[in-house]
Amino acid sequence: MEAVYLTFVFVLAIFLGFELISKVPSTLHTPLMSGSNAISGITLIGALASLKTDNVQLAAILATAAVALATINVVGGYAVTNRMLEMFKKKDEGESK
Amino acid sequence: MSSAPIFINFAYIISAALFIFGLKMLSSPATARRGNLVSAVGMLLAIIVTLLNQGLDYKWIIVGMAIGSVIGLFAAYKVEMTSMPEMVALFNGFGGMSSMLLAWGEYAQHPQMSVFIAIVAFISAFIGAMTFSGSMVAFGKLSGKITQQAVVFNGQHIINSLILLITLAAAIFFTMQPDTAMGIKAFYLILALALVFGIASTIPIGGADMPVVISLLNSYSGLAACAAGFVIHNNILIVAGALVGAAGMILTNIMCKAMNRSLANVLFSGFGSATQAASGGDGPQGEAKPATAEDVFYILEAADSVAFVPGYGLAVAQAQHVVKELGDLLEENDTEVSYAIHPVAGRMPGHMNVLLAEANVPYDQLVEMDDINPRMDTVDVCVVIGANDVVNPAALEDESSPIYGMPIIETFNANTVIVLKRSMNPGFAGIQNALFFRENTRMYFGDAKVAIQALVAEFKS
Repeated sequence: MEAVYLTFVFVLAIFLGFELISKVPSTLHTPLMSGSNAISGITLIGALASLKTDNVQLAAILATAAVALATINVVGGYAVTNRMLEMFKKKDEGESK
Repeated sequence: MSSAPIFINFAYIISAALFIFGLKMLSSPATARRGNLVSAVGMLLAIIVTLLNQGLDYKWIIVGMAIGSVIGLFAAYKVEMTSMPEMVALFNGFGGMSSMLLAWGEYAQHPQMSVFIAIVAFISAFIGAMTFSGSMVAFGKLSGKITQQAVVFNGQHIINSLILLITLAAAIFFTMQPDTAMGIKAFYLILALALVFGIASTIPIGGADMPVVISLLNSYSGLAACAAGFVIHNNILIVAGALVGAAGMILTNIMCKAMNRSLANVLFSGFGSATQAASGGDGPQGEAKPATAEDVFYILEAADSVAFVPGYGLAVAQAQHVVKELGDLLEENDTEVSYAIHPVAGRMPGHMNVLLAEANVPYDQLVEMDDINPRMDTVDVCVVIGANDVVNPAALEDESSPIYGMPIIETFNANTVIVLKRSMNPGFAGIQNALFFRENTRMYFGDAKVAIQALVAEFKS
């Protein structure tokens, strides 16, 4: 039953994603990519939750590496997206800086 | 995960809502930056509540997060805007790798899996590993560390099909008995094959098709996270992964449409490989009319409206700042300036927009192809900078052309077209550009940056 429930969530989220993303203008496609890159770092949540004190050694090593890689995605992704979006200015704003 | 306290799961719902709001705010440049922050707050909330779980090994969590944060921040603030495609490719790869490791670690910890969990663990590991190695190839191509040309050889499709068949067999073996020694071997075999498949499926794709590949890998990295969410029964991974997966798919679709090619054609045809380029050598011939900096200056000075059409050559020459300088001088001269941007110009979706934004071009001057084409005949001068195939009229007129049917920026409808190019060499598709021989076209040869600097100097003197 749990499998059905998870798949249900998945299907709804996919449709929601299509709906949301199709409204993003092509001007912002690069920030969209780096921003969604940051969101795909959500595996960090899974990696953190699986890093338990009672882990076997192999699992602990793998989870630590997963935490490090996912953190790169999250931190780097949001930071670079912010850096890019900071540069998008309207005409009058652009002059003031 | 099902044992997690209920408030953690409620917090995840809030995180998911914040991600959705964040993406929604990305639909306008005016709210996009706040949207990114909203999304980041959602992520921070999810991380904090996850750390409240019982029995976590904080020592390794701190080590992992510290390493990741340092590398991430360093990369994010160090990267040149022209190198964004490489950076995004790299991040896609890390995302895929982390999903793969998560599935692998979960398997190492709980080898007794139900068939359903084993199937999603396989999907997560396979997509994750393939995303990783594929992204590394894309990174290598984009940064010029390996050839940008499509690498094709005989029997390529047969080898790829074989890899997939063996993977499928191993997957069936693994899902039937994950907790046996054979099951473990099957899992390792899957990982190895996925890594090989990622490389094998990315090398036949040429440089200018990279926008499609990056979008696709972006989608995969989301789907891998999604599958990992199934493995550990975590809704937030599934929702966020699905959102990213959908984003990547939409971008892939937009990029394919902008080239009038199917995804299968981009992935398997080896478009832009050495053999193809050679066969497409002939085409329209004629006499191109070269112009000097002084000629171009007089044309621009007399123009009422100028539209710049940038392409990958702009990024290579790092010419975005001088273009903006020239644009400013033109505006002072009461010329209307805009920048017409083709969806696949550059090496990733939106690449040109980011470069020009970096040079302080206001986003209301960035015009999409579909907006400028209908009013192209009112534009006095089009300046094509380092773009080729996306302005080739053969796409509209020559049915035998490999790019026939691809939507282009119809610069030839402008009064005068100035093409700034290093040489007469054909572009990525390997076909000669009829635009260069048109009556209203002037060729202005030179490195984009140097050539535009010369124009700026003309204006100032």
